[in-house]
Amino acid sequence: MTPETLAANAPAHPARRLSLAGREALTFYLCISPWLVGLLVFTLGPIAASFWYSLTRWDLLSAPQFIGLRNYTHMVDDRLFWQSLRVTLHYTLLYVPTELIGGLILALLMNQRGIRSMRVVRTIYYLPSVLSGVAFVVVWMWLFHPTAGLINGTLARVGIVGPRWLADPNTALYALWIMSLWGLGRTAVIFLAGLKQVPQPLYEAASMDGAGAWRSFWSVTLPLITPTIFFNLVLSIIATFQTFTSAFVATNGGPLDSTLFYVLYLYRQAFQYFAMGYAAALAWVLFVIILLLTLLILRSGTWWVFYDGEAAQ
Amino acid sequence: MIRAAFATGRLRRVLVTALLWGVALLFLVPMLWMLSSSLKPNYQIFETPPRWLPRPPRWENYREALTILPFARYFINTAVIALLMIVGHLLSCTLIAYAFARLRAPGREALFVVLLATLMLPYPVTMVPLYVLFNRLGWINTVLPLVAPAFFGAAFYIFLLRQFFRGIPADFEDAARIDGANLLQILWRIMLPLALPALATVAIFTFQYAWNDFLAPLIYLQRPELYTLTLGLQFFRTTYTTNWAYLMAASLVTVLPVIILFFFAQKAFVEGIAVGGVNK
Repeated sequence: MTPETLAANAPAHPARRLSLAGREALTFYLCISPWLVGLLVFTLGPIAASFWYSLTRWDLLSAPQFIGLRNYTHMVDDRLFWQSLRVTLHYTLLYVPTELIGGLILALLMNQRGIRSMRVVRTIYYLPSVLSGVAFVVVWMWLFHPTAGLINGTLARVGIVGPRWLADPNTALYALWIMSLWGLGRTAVIFLAGLKQVPQPLYEAASMDGAGAWRSFWSVTLPLITPTIFFNLVLSIIATFQTFTSAFVATNGGPLDSTLFYVLYLYRQAFQYFAMGYAAALAWVLFVIILLLTLLILRSGTWWVFYDGEAAQ
Repeated sequence: MIRAAFATGRLRRVLVTALLWGVALLFLVPMLWMLSSSLKPNYQIFETPPRWLPRPPRWENYREALTILPFARYFINTAVIALLMIVGHLLSCTLIAYAFARLRAPGREALFVVLLATLMLPYPVTMVPLYVLFNRLGWINTVLPLVAPAFFGAAFYIFLLRQFFRGIPADFEDAARIDGANLLQILWRIMLPLALPALATVAIFTFQYAWNDFLAPLIYLQRPELYTLTLGLQFFRTTYTTNWAYLMAASLVTVLPVIILFFFAQKAFVEGIAVGGVNK
């Protein structure tokens, strides 16, 4: 119903003909209309359009040429498609667990009571995560420099010949992994907020029952922060599947495609080779992978995520 | 007995503090090394073993690095984009979030679920068709592809503001409504003043996002005079690959606004991040 049709049905006083609830609903839809338009124009429309593009061969200059599912069947034989998928999965398996465990450990450290310098320390932990972007990567490229970098320079001092990090196909992905861990503070802050929600009496009860710090961590803290772990897990996986800037700036996918992330490959197909049809197909495959992974995790959540009756207001 | 407990308590505190600072040092090293390298003359930068202090610090690095390429221009370009995005998000997200928080309408909950679902939609999925759309509109090499969508709301900020609005007691609005205030008046006079901390978080996050964003500017801004700081820095890196002192100086200046903002608004940063993780 648009305001016009409403007005047409109401001869004298259009607003008064509507019930109070009807007016409220109308206002609601008016208020959210920018979002609805944006959803159609910038999200749903493009997703639908990209499915059509994915069935075509198209360089943006000439008219798209319908080729059916050929873009999808081409992927099966595309060595670089599989390589980019492998790199992304490898990185996800490497990064996500360390991010969750490292972030939780950092949060536990940040949650210690009675430490005077805590504010400063928290700031230091969190600061690098706001710097993401090209500068963040450039700094690490310098730290990882094979001969003059701080890391290998320091290793050389104690007589160790450091790896060539970003320049070696066997270590480049691990170097990107170490680099990303510098932004761990962000995850830690989310965990810290989760830790602060654990009701204090539970710890007191546990300690009265004779539980030590270790035992109360496993029996009280961990079950109660599973919603936060869950949230971070979903966020983290979606983020690793979108890795682009670090790979583009630090290695440009190399050496020997060892850091050819999925989105980097997608970017190349779209904006360097102008294979819009193939790029759209790659985007759809990414969409389906992320959708399935998210659903899988959401499903698994019913098994291990603990929702307190009160917390789930 | 009491003394022993005190002693172990103190020992524990000392150990924890040492651990905290040990880890903090690890987080600090890259930034300190960036600062140190940015002040080194070229012949000191490749010294092995690496030394921490430039002797003497060469401040000219900054002037030279920032004038080889028009970094002032990149700075202005980035600031304009960030500012427009902030205005867009504040205008659109407040209105949308208020509606989701307070106005009852059939279909509201279902639409909110759709909103949350779009939170999980990765940008690369819509990257290609959006480029096609903006290309057709003639928006390539303008800031519009980066800025215009901000005026149509952003799921995360709508979610964040909605949570905040729901926490404000309804009594204030009821009183105002009895006095005859309309929706926009209520929003402007009552909700917004109360929601200032949340609005600050939205503004700060948007600023940080716009300042650091790389992929979207890379796709849409191809002319050098339109470059943002991240594009300029990347261009600088590919052109002066071995001049690490200049690169560090340029990098440091690039991130400085975010660092300064962070020190002034740490609370807003931290609370904004925490909202997603706990309220749900």
